[in-house]
Amino acid sequence: MIEPRMDLGPHLDGNVLAGPLREIFAMDVTAATSRCASCGAVGAVAALHVYANAPGMVARCPTCEEVVLRMVRTPDAAWLDMRGTVSLRIPM
Amino acid sequence: MGIVTPGFRGRPRSSGPDLPPGQYLTHDFPVLSAGPTPRVPMDRWEFVITTETSRAHRWTWADMMALPSETPTVDIHCVTKWSKLGTTWQGVSLDTLMSDVDTAADYALVQSYGGYTTNLPLTDLLDGQAWLAYKFDGEDLHPEHGGPARMLIPHLYFWKSAKWVRGIQLRFDNEPGFWETAGYHDYGDPWREQRYQGD
Repeated sequence: MIEPRMDLGPHLDGNVLAGPLREIFAMDVTAATSRCASCGAVGAVAALHVYANAPGMVARCPTCEEVVLRMVRTPDAAWLDMRGTVSLRIPM
Repeated sequence: MGIVTPGFRGRPRSSGPDLPPGQYLTHDFPVLSAGPTPRVPMDRWEFVITTETSRAHRWTWADMMALPSETPTVDIHCVTKWSKLGTTWQGVSLDTLMSDVDTAADYALVQSYGGYTTNLPLTDLLDGQAWLAYKFDGEDLHPEHGGPARMLIPHLYFWKSAKWVRGIQLRFDNEPGFWETAGYHDYGDPWREQRYQGD
């Protein structure tokens, strides 16, 4: 399969995750450090590339653009997919 | 006098008889995207249907353009609640692409350049219900809307009409795709308002 060139397109930074994640976690997760499961890059959640013009919020690694975290808010539930995250280091 | 005045009733359930429940009419064409826009060089673009026995049927861009095309005019419905009526496309019917594909599969997993996936029953791709579309409104399909080619499956919510499509995997099992693994409905019929799992 060929690997196409990618244009980043409209996206925001990870700070926009603060409100939605605050519904789930007791702390501000955007201050945490994540490790990308695809390329191993380590960085602040606040620095992820967030695609929000979508049926959910899709946060991608700024190094490799693979999905690190996804969140979908339905009327009665929040769906959080963190399979693209090896770990979160949360300052306590 | 009633307690609830008309001003407090919110958006009507549907803004017209042509709209599925919960949808509103838009005249522009909103761009939704879950990631970067892939730019596929036309000389390397290919569309591949892979059967459950791993038999691959491949089309280059030139192969696809040599196939008979159709110009469907259809209504499209996004799960984020906008609907756009009477959109005109050009593309190749999946019936044409599937005509020489020998399969006993029940399900299809549509795959895109950039990694997006979406699943649906194979029967929903057949009988004039789905196209591999490469023009919108008479113009080449813009990359932000899925060009060079996207799926067009207008009877389901538009997340099923995968942008930047590169192929379809035919399967015996129903493998959930990108949004279907994150809370969205497995089938996505807008007329039954199947937005989320459990709807």
